[in-house]
Amino acid sequence: MSSGTSVNLRGRPAPAGTGTLTTDLDPQVARIARAPEFQDLVSERTRFGWILTILMLVVYFGFIGLIAFDKSLLAVKVGGTASLGLFMGVFVILFAFMLTGIYVARANTRFDALSDALKRSVAR
Amino acid sequence: MNRLLLGLTLAAVAASAAYAAGPDLGAVQQSATNWPAIGMFLFFVLLTLGITYKAAKGTKSAADFYAAGGGISAGTNSLAIAGDYMSAASFLGISGLVYTSGFDGLIYSTGFLVGWPIVLFLIAERLRNLGKFTFADVASFRLDQTAIRIISAVGTLVVVAFYLIAQMVGAGKLIQLLFGLPYLYAVIIVGVLMIVYVAFGGMKATTWVQVIKACLLLGGATFMAGAVLYRYGFNPETLFAASVQVHPKGDAIMAPGGLVSNPVEAISLGVGLMFGTAGLPHILMRFFTVSDAQAARKSVFYATGLIGYFYILTFIIGFGGIALLMSDPSYFKLGAAGTFDKLKDMIGGTNMVAVNLANAVGGPYFLGFISAVAFATILAVVAGLTLAGASAISHDLYAQVIARGRTTEKHEVNLSKISAVVIGLVAIYLGYVFENQNVAFMVGLAFAVAASCNFPVLAMSILWRGTTTWGALAGGLVGLISAVTMVVLSKAVWVTTFGHPAALFPYDNPALFSMPLAFATIWVVSLMDKSRRAQRERAAFEAQFVRSETGIGAAGAHAH
Repeated sequence: MSSGTSVNLRGRPAPAGTGTLTTDLDPQVARIARAPEFQDLVSERTRFGWILTILMLVVYFGFIGLIAFDKSLLAVKVGGTASLGLFMGVFVILFAFMLTGIYVARANTRFDALSDALKRSVAR
Repeated sequence: MNRLLLGLTLAAVAASAAYAAGPDLGAVQQSATNWPAIGMFLFFVLLTLGITYKAAKGTKSAADFYAAGGGISAGTNSLAIAGDYMSAASFLGISGLVYTSGFDGLIYSTGFLVGWPIVLFLIAERLRNLGKFTFADVASFRLDQTAIRIISAVGTLVVVAFYLIAQMVGAGKLIQLLFGLPYLYAVIIVGVLMIVYVAFGGMKATTWVQVIKACLLLGGATFMAGAVLYRYGFNPETLFAASVQVHPKGDAIMAPGGLVSNPVEAISLGVGLMFGTAGLPHILMRFFTVSDAQAARKSVFYATGLIGYFYILTFIIGFGGIALLMSDPSYFKLGAAGTFDKLKDMIGGTNMVAVNLANAVGGPYFLGFISAVAFATILAVVAGLTLAGASAISHDLYAQVIARGRTTEKHEVNLSKISAVVIGLVAIYLGYVFENQNVAFMVGLAFAVAASCNFPVLAMSILWRGTTTWGALAGGLVGLISAVTMVVLSKAVWVTTFGHPAALFPYDNPALFSMPLAFATIWVVSLMDKSRRAQRERAAFEAQFVRSETGIGAAGAHAH
């Protein structure tokens, strides 16, 4: 990254809305970006985020797909009156909540630890 | 072909039931004045006005006004997110849909919820790290301020306008029905109150209005669902068995019905609901009210739980309506021989299932309470929308585009307050004009535009290094125009409103087509963009990326 590159490229004073800190971060940005802790954090979190996103898409659109293509399967009775589809619908709701819980648990422990390690290493 | 048409019609009917903000009540009879409901609503108004007064005294800076000083806790913010998101459409519309079709109501419940994980995994923390007051702050972080702020603000205002019209018309009809007040009074009351909340109390007052409403709505719905389950020994199976007994469709209500007979329509609806959630400006704004990315992430987790819980409650309430109301003639308009159609003749229409059930399980005072909660629900949602719209005008269009960053904070906040007043007046006017129009498609359109304009611009600017100003601008415009055009050419507008014989666009929900179109346009135009500015923008990604991933240099909690 060349030294002439700066976030504030608009040729006018940094607007009130965006951070004014961006310009004086420049030399630090390159250091952080090269730090192995940063690369670990980003690759791990990005991969984790996308895996969970894809899981959510598969489960939700799988549910919609079954509704569209296999109604009789969803009508199968599971214990008296309630149907399989009903359990699946409630499962989709619980699954969405569970996924957010899994992400937050992992972020609170692993990602925050990586992030703290990064901040310590950059401060050195 | 006939079955396809029938399926589409059913889907459209069901969609309007769930989408209509204040559900599409058609020509409503004004009811007798409901004093307990009015009394409880007045109490809510006095309480929220008191909070607004306190918030107004503490609102000094722009950060206070737009983001409540960044000092809202994760728990409070999650309640406010839930308050912003759980509209009267969800509460009344989905329980009504469950009442008429059983299982099919669950399809909407899941659709409205599954956007939240996406918001968390891809957007929430990065948004908090990069932005300050509006999502345009984030989208324009390394791109051209003028162009990106304009497209973001236009996307915001279009979403806000459609959402707001649907809410205003819904509010007018609902209040006519629940409180026995004339339509115009209701629209004016909603408009004036939202102006007061936003213009005087800013984000602080808006947040607390949403928190109180969320607590009231969750409390009321919990009580109702609990009372229903109590009657059936807390055994859902008994409730379902009783419902199947009395429902005219019998056992069919436990299985998918006509709502999703067309897979493309179903998937397009799902795409719109899922990614639209991640592009709603009033929701995105809520992430700037917390102190840091950790709090942003926790607030999505709690909010997902609250919203999911709420949708499960609406499902129980819908079934409670079937089991407890269907065999009681006092909730129906009776025909000549004392007969009634269980699905069509409910007093006030099937969107009144939750309200009538409140009377059945808790008597007239609980009915009054639920009516007041329904009014408060609309009020909180419109306040959030008004604040998002006012911020787009003052912070994005005025401060950055017109004044080019050369304005004072005080001036910007004042302009925001004036914008809130203007938006409120316009909303009252539009609510009045659209009284007898079909507005059921408008919330769907708002989600479609959010998914096709706001979300692609935001996601691509944060996640893809290659995004340039030209790419984002072109993609945002293509998404916006294609979503609106497809809805105009669809049955809901082209046939129902304009009276043409056949729809030119075969689906009700455009997002499956318009959203990929927007992403593809951003991608292609950015790749073709060889300008010097584009090179600088790609190079500037590094700094944005470091800040979005680590929060180093992010706007922190502001001093109070």
